[in-house]
Amino acid sequence: MKKILFALATTAAVLGFSAAASAQEKVKVCFVYVGSKTDGGWTQAHDIGRLELEKAFGDKIETQFLENVPEGPDAERAIERLARSGCGLIFTTSFGFMDATVKIAAKFPDVKFEHATGYKTAPNLATYNSRFYEGRYIQGQIAAKMSQKGVAGYIASFPIPEVVMGINSFVTGARTINPDFKIKVVWANTWFDPGKEADAAKALIDQGVDILTQHTDTTAPMQVAAERGIKAFGQASDMIKAGPKTQLTAIVDTWGAYYIKRTQAFIDGKWETTSSWDGLKDGILTMAPYTNMPDDVKAMAEATEAKIRSGELKPFTGPLKKQDGSEWLKAGESADDGTLLGMNFYVEGVDDKLPK
Amino acid sequence: MRIELEKRPNVSKLFSILSPVIALVLTMIFGGVMFLLLGKNPVTALYSFFIEPLMEVWSLHELAIKAAPLILIGAGLSVCYRSNNWNIGAEGQFIMGAIAGSILPVVFHEWHSPLVLPLMLLLGMLGGALFAGLPAFLKAHLNTNEILTSLMLVYVAQLFLDWLVRGPWRNPGGLNFPETRTFDPVAILPEMIASGRTNWGFGFAILAAIVIWFMMRYTLKGFEITVLGQSERAGRFAGFSSRKMIWFSMLLSGALAGLAGISEVSGAIQQLRPVISPGYGFTAIIVAFLGRLNPLGIVLAGLVLALTYLGGEAAQLSLGVSDKVTRVFQGLLLFFVLSCDTLIHYKIKLVWSNLTGTATEGAH
Repeated sequence: MKKILFALATTAAVLGFSAAASAQEKVKVCFVYVGSKTDGGWTQAHDIGRLELEKAFGDKIETQFLENVPEGPDAERAIERLARSGCGLIFTTSFGFMDATVKIAAKFPDVKFEHATGYKTAPNLATYNSRFYEGRYIQGQIAAKMSQKGVAGYIASFPIPEVVMGINSFVTGARTINPDFKIKVVWANTWFDPGKEADAAKALIDQGVDILTQHTDTTAPMQVAAERGIKAFGQASDMIKAGPKTQLTAIVDTWGAYYIKRTQAFIDGKWETTSSWDGLKDGILTMAPYTNMPDDVKAMAEATEAKIRSGELKPFTGPLKKQDGSEWLKAGESADDGTLLGMNFYVEGVDDKLPK
Repeated sequence: MRIELEKRPNVSKLFSILSPVIALVLTMIFGGVMFLLLGKNPVTALYSFFIEPLMEVWSLHELAIKAAPLILIGAGLSVCYRSNNWNIGAEGQFIMGAIAGSILPVVFHEWHSPLVLPLMLLLGMLGGALFAGLPAFLKAHLNTNEILTSLMLVYVAQLFLDWLVRGPWRNPGGLNFPETRTFDPVAILPEMIASGRTNWGFGFAILAAIVIWFMMRYTLKGFEITVLGQSERAGRFAGFSSRKMIWFSMLLSGALAGLAGISEVSGAIQQLRPVISPGYGFTAIIVAFLGRLNPLGIVLAGLVLALTYLGGEAAQLSLGVSDKVTRVFQGLLLFFVLSCDTLIHYKIKLVWSNLTGTATEGAH
């Protein structure tokens, strides 16, 4: 009976548009996820960032999220719902939310938006991204040391610059160790599809690769690699649980650092639009522990990581050739960010034709 | 002991009408129990799920946007199902309509004329109708099962769209992302009411529902549909051709699904992507039955189903429950609608072990 009374009272409160709720002064930080927050990959990494943010600010803020939001009109509605429910700062965490975020940002000039991995900004819309390719360079070096056949398999999602950049960085890293190193690419054409990703992994292993890396979000390729007894790299989250004897390392997205920095700026009233592209040195990505490899390989990986952190080493530094053998970067020359963000060609060593 | 369903000699008129309401109430009760088990207050939970989305103007617009394709497709399907033609492939016809209608803004994107939009809508209807024409032809002339053929063609349509947006129709300025160029303003379905995003797709849906309701109720064609659906033989004696009816119902429902497709793409998405429908064509089947195959009932049913999508989001935010709650509600709703309908036509009879009972059990 008490419960029913309580229920009725709450309903009455809600119906009365609860005066108490509007009196709150808490900053509300909201997130839109494309996948499930327990996907073990991309979205989970963002959700871990959200939890770190909650921890860092405690009672000062409140966070909310919507998960499994499809790209398209549903995304627009989801973002608008958050903007209307009192969110001050909204992070939309998939490239495909770009146009929806732009539209809603224009409609709610007082709300601040941050869109992950996109390229469209506005006075109240910033973008943020991570230099994943720095991690892929290290992975390439490890792969070249660990592979007996000198061929790695690469499960790619979509042929966008972000992904092409990762492939090129991996190969460039590998070729600093083994100049003849090659990779085979399979385009899964999805970010998240355990079935397709597993099929791609099997196809690559059948073609004779003995190291697997992925730019898709599930642990399926890691599991296939574990079954077939080859080594693999994790993506977005530490996937060591899916392959305790398989994972060499993983690029772990640690968005928490960025979320904390931006929320602080928002609370201080110093939030400004930016196009942020941080790397290893800023803590926005970290390498999972180097495991399942000899000590000398581990030492090499750690040394490379330290050099990238300090800025001594830039992965895309010449001499580098394009896939067709023509010169891309002269000795000592480093690629600028603009070139990287529009990358639509392979470097030498990629055994694949870029889908056009 | 076993359970048998025995046909009732006469069907209660009252309960036939009440059945969707009973199903809805049962869904609410079981949904409330589910929330209780999740440790949430069921009253606030149901409030945020079913009432909150109706309290704000913008949210009502979103409801209309979400309901429009469901109603449009469901209304067409009602004609099919009433005439005993089981078109399960509306999802594919939706996609093919969207593709056919998008030819103008994607391939002939330099053509800016007020004619673009009306032609797109016509092409959309044509695309959907032609695609539904395949199972219609197969059924009318080769006597194949349209449930299978129309369903299988859904996958063909999905893969065709996938190929188009990754291949020949990919946006040249889109950084290799699998999507077409965004439509020019002349190719975008305008908003219907000034206060929000609802586009003319919703107008088409309501119009289609009214026209089909009128046809079913007041025209000879409507009579023909009902007669052929109930008894093909009786229809033949009346001079109706069931073969023509296959064509009529399939083409009509295909055209409406195609119109829904191009309206959704032109009004809401404004470009083609590998996936343009979260399963509208299939959800519309639930809508058609929940609306008792009556076009006006389908309008209501479409709004209810659309509400479950919005409610799922609202519940995620205010209660922190998983987005899967939406699917659970849709599943509960369909389950109760079907079981209520079954119980209107049949009664449950408990048969205590008799000879046939033991025989069947022995066979296992």
